Amino acid sequence: MRRHRVTRRQVLQGLGAAALTLPLLGRKAWGAAPAVSKVTPGLIESAKKEGQAVWYTAVDLPVAERLGKAFEAKYPGIPVRVERSGGERIFQRISQEYGSNIHAVDVVNSSDAAHFIVWKREGMLTPYVPEDVALHYPKEQQDPDGQFASWRVWLCVIGYNTKLVKQEEAPKSFKDLLDPRWSGKIVKGHPGYSGTILTATFQIARDVGWDYFEKLSKQKVMQVQSSADPPKKLALGERAIMADGNEYNLFQLKEKGDPVEIVYPTEGTPLIVGPTGVLKAAPHPNAARLFQSYLFSSEAQKLMVDFGGLRSFHALVKDKEGRKPLKEIKLMKDDPAAVEKQAEEIKAKYTSYFKV
Amino acid sequence: MRDPPRRGRVDASGAILALFGAALCLLVLLPVGWLVVFAFSDRKGHPTLANFRVLFTDNSFVDPLVTALGLAVSVSVICCLVAAPMGYIVARTDMPLRRAVRLLVMASFVTPPFLGAIAWELLAAPNSGLLNQLYRGATGAGPDFALFDIYTFKGLVFVVSCYTFPYVFVLVANALERIPADLEDASSMLGGGAAWTARRVTIPLALPALLAGALVAFLQTMTLFGSPAILALPAGFHTITTKIWSLFQYPPKPELAAAASLPLLLLTVGLLRAQAKILGRRGYAVVGGKSGIVRPVPLGGWKWLALALCLAVLCLSVFLPYAALFNAAFSRIPSQPLTLATFTLSHFRFVFQELSAPRLAIRNTFYLGLSAATCGTLLALVVASLTARGEALGTRALSFLATAPIAIPGITLGVGLFLAYTRGPVVLYGTLWILLLAYVTIELPAAYQQLQAAFRGVSSELEEASRVLGASRLATLRRVTAPILGPTLMATWCFIFVAVVRELSAAVILFTSETKPLSVLIFDLNESGDLAAISVLGLTMLVLTAGILVAANRIPGFTGGVRFRRF
Repeated sequence: MRRHRVTRRQVLQGLGAAALTLPLLGRKAWGAAPAVSKVTPGLIESAKKEGQAVWYTAVDLPVAERLGKAFEAKYPGIPVRVERSGGERIFQRISQEYGSNIHAVDVVNSSDAAHFIVWKREGMLTPYVPEDVALHYPKEQQDPDGQFASWRVWLCVIGYNTKLVKQEEAPKSFKDLLDPRWSGKIVKGHPGYSGTILTATFQIARDVGWDYFEKLSKQKVMQVQSSADPPKKLALGERAIMADGNEYNLFQLKEKGDPVEIVYPTEGTPLIVGPTGVLKAAPHPNAARLFQSYLFSSEAQKLMVDFGGLRSFHALVKDKEGRKPLKEIKLMKDDPAAVEKQAEEIKAKYTSYFKV
Repeated sequence: MRDPPRRGRVDASGAILALFGAALCLLVLLPVGWLVVFAFSDRKGHPTLANFRVLFTDNSFVDPLVTALGLAVSVSVICCLVAAPMGYIVARTDMPLRRAVRLLVMASFVTPPFLGAIAWELLAAPNSGLLNQLYRGATGAGPDFALFDIYTFKGLVFVVSCYTFPYVFVLVANALERIPADLEDASSMLGGGAAWTARRVTIPLALPALLAGALVAFLQTMTLFGSPAILALPAGFHTITTKIWSLFQYPPKPELAAAASLPLLLLTVGLLRAQAKILGRRGYAVVGGKSGIVRPVPLGGWKWLALALCLAVLCLSVFLPYAALFNAAFSRIPSQPLTLATFTLSHFRFVFQELSAPRLAIRNTFYLGLSAATCGTLLALVVASLTARGEALGTRALSFLATAPIAIPGITLGVGLFLAYTRGPVVLYGTLWILLLAYVTIELPAAYQQLQAAFRGVSSELEEASRVLGASRLATLRRVTAPILGPTLMATWCFIFVAVVRELSAAVILFTSETKPLSVLIFDLNESGDLAAISVLGLTMLVLTAGILVAANRIPGFTGGVRFRRF
C-alpha cells in the first residue's frame, strides 16, 4: 500500500485504508514475500543484448529524459526510449496498444496510482522487487506481490507569479481562488489528461466539495492539459495564479530564479504518489528489470529529487535544502482504490462544469 | 466525348477501372463501413439509434457542431477575401517580388496549422504574448490590458485563416495563370477595357477555382483538429473535432464519435454536389491545342500598394510567427524577447541531445511523407484520368469514392482505420502502414480535385487526337496527358507531402510509441507546455520540408518550366 509516513495520524489513517484496500490489491496479501532481485552482471549482459528499454512515464519530460540519459551513461549500449504523456493518456494508450496485442512498453510509471490496481488486476505486471526497494523503501510503499512500488511522490499545489501577485495578496486556500479578482487570471490542468490532476480533483472534491469546482469553473479559467503546464504558464507570466499543478515543476523553476511561488492551501495539499512497474509482456524483459532497479536506486532517486524537484521514499535520499519537508505540510490523504472506482465519474463531472 | 471505335487492341482501362475501384473501396469503404456500424451500435454491439439521440439533444455535442460551422464559414469567407486578390496580383500583374510573395505563401502553407497556432500563442496570448507585451511597453497600458487575446473564437478564426488561405491562393493563382491571353485579347480587340476584360473574362474563368478554394477552406477548417485543440480548449470551448477526440479519452466511446462524424459526411457530400451542379453548367476548357501567352497587367503606381498588402498578409502568417518561434528557440523563457542576456542554446541541446524521441519522429514523418505523396499522386492521377473523361456509372462511383474522404475528419478516419486494422485478417495498427493508408486516404480528395481540375482545364482535343491515332487510353495518359500535367503532378506531390507533415488528427489516434510522427510529438510537447522544444522542432521541420520541396521541384520534366502553352 502506498501511504506516506509523515505524521502518526497519517500512519494510522494509512494502515486503516490499507486494511480496507488490501483485498483489492492482491489475493496473497502479505503471505509469501516476493523474491528480491539484485543487479547481476548476467542481467546487465542480457539487457545489453536487448539493446534498449522503453519507458512510458508521466513524469515531466526533462526529468524523464535526464534519467534515461543517466541510465545509458551507467549502462552504455542500453538507451532508454522515453514515451512521456499525461498519466490518464498513458493509461488509455496502453489499453489501446494491449487491446491490439502490441506490447511495446517495458517499464511503466503513472501519476495516478489507481492505474496500477487495474494493471495488476488484469495480470499485466510482473513481480520484480529491486534490492533497493526491499532494503530502503517503506513496506506500505510496495505492492505486497512485488509488482510495483512507489517510485516518486509529490504534491499538487497552488502557485502564483511573484511579479504579478504580491505575497500578502496571494491566495492561501482553494476557497480563496473563488475571489472575483482572480477571474481570468487562473490556469489549471485537466483530469482527463493528467493523473496528478485526476488524483487531486478526487481529493479536493472529497475534502473541500464539488461546489468548489463548480464555482471555480465560473472564474474564466485557462484550461491546459498536463499538471506540468500550469507552472510553466506561471513562469511565462501568462497567468498570475495556478489552481493546480506540480509542486516539483515549481521547485525547478523557483530554484532557477523564475518568479514563481508555491502555496500549500490551508484545506490541505493533495498528495500524489507515482508507482512504477515492469510489464509482464515487456519486449526487453532484462533491460526492463535493469532499468526498474536503476529507477529505485539512491543514485536515480537523488537525481529525481535534486534535478526534478520530486520527493523520494528511499530512506537514504534526503530532500534538497530549502524545500519545505512533507512533515511540515498539511496533506490530503491519497486513496487509489477510491480513485479507481470513481475516475470515470470524476472526469464526467469535471467536464460538465468546465465544458472541455 | 465518345470513345473512338477500338481497332483490335486491348484497352486495359476496364480492368484498371476495376482494380482502382477495388483499391478505393478498401481505402474508403472499409473504415467508413466500420464507422457506420459503430455509429448505429451501442457498447455491446447491438443496433441502436441512441448515439444520434445523444448527438442531437445533448448540448455538449450541438454547441461544438455549431461552433465548427461558424468557424468554417468565417474562415472560408476570410480566405476568399484575402487570397483571391492576392492570387490575381501574383498571377496576373507586374507587381514587384511576385515570385518571392508566391514562395512565402508556400512557406505559410508548409507551416503546420498547429505550429502556427503555437506561434500565435507566443505572439498574442493575452498576458505573455510578445505583441501584447510590446504594446503595453509602448503605451504604458496596465498589466491586465491585452490588445489581442488568441484564446477566443475570433483568435481561432484568425489563426486558422492564416494557414488555410494558401489553399485558396494556390487554386486561384494557378487557374488565373492557365487562362491564355488570347481570350482576353479577344475581349480587348472587341473594345473591352482592362477592367471590363477582367470582370467579364478573367474573373468568370477563375471563379470555379475560387469556389473550389472556398469549399476546400471550409472543409479543411471543419475537419481541423490541431489549432482548435491548442486554442479553443484553453478558452473552454470545443469544436466538433476536439469533441470527437475527447471521446477517445479513457474510457473511449467510439460509437458516439462515429455518430458525430456522419453528419459531417452528409454535409460534405451535399456541398460537393452543389459545387458540381454550379460548375456543370459551364465549360471551362481553357488549355487547348492552340495557345496564348499570359500577359501581366501593368499596375503603375498601385503596384506598391499591392505589394504592401501582400506583405501585410505574409507578416501575419509567416514573418511574425516564425520570428516568435525563433525567439522562443533561443530565449531562456519563450515569452522573453531575445537579447544577449537571454540568449541560450540549451533548448537545442535539450531537443537534439537529451530528447530520445525526435530522431525517430523525424524519420517516421519523412518516410511517410515521401511514400504517401508518391502513392497518393499516382492514385489520384489514374482516378482523375478515368473520371475526367468518362461518363459511365463506374467512373462516377470512383469519383465519389475519391472525394468522399474529404468529409471524414482525420480523427474519425483514424478511428475507422483503427477499428478496421486492429482485427484480422490484416493487422496494421502499430506499423507505419496504417498511417500511410490514413494519409493517402485523407489527401486523396485534394489531390484528386487538383488533378481533376487540371484535366478539366485541358481540352480533350489533345487526347482525342492521340486516341484517333490509335493510342490506348493508358498510353494517352502516359504520353500526352501526363506530360501536360507535369507541373500539376509535381504540385500535387508536394501538396500531399506537406499535408502529411501537417497532419495531426488521424495520427493522434493511430500512432504508437514507435510510429509517432513529428506532428504528434509536437502536440505532446504542447500539452506539457514545452514551448521552447516545440520551437526548435518546428524550425527544424520547416528547414527539412523546404529542402525536400526544393529538391523535388528540380526534377526535370516536372518543373514549372514545362508550361501548357508549349504544346
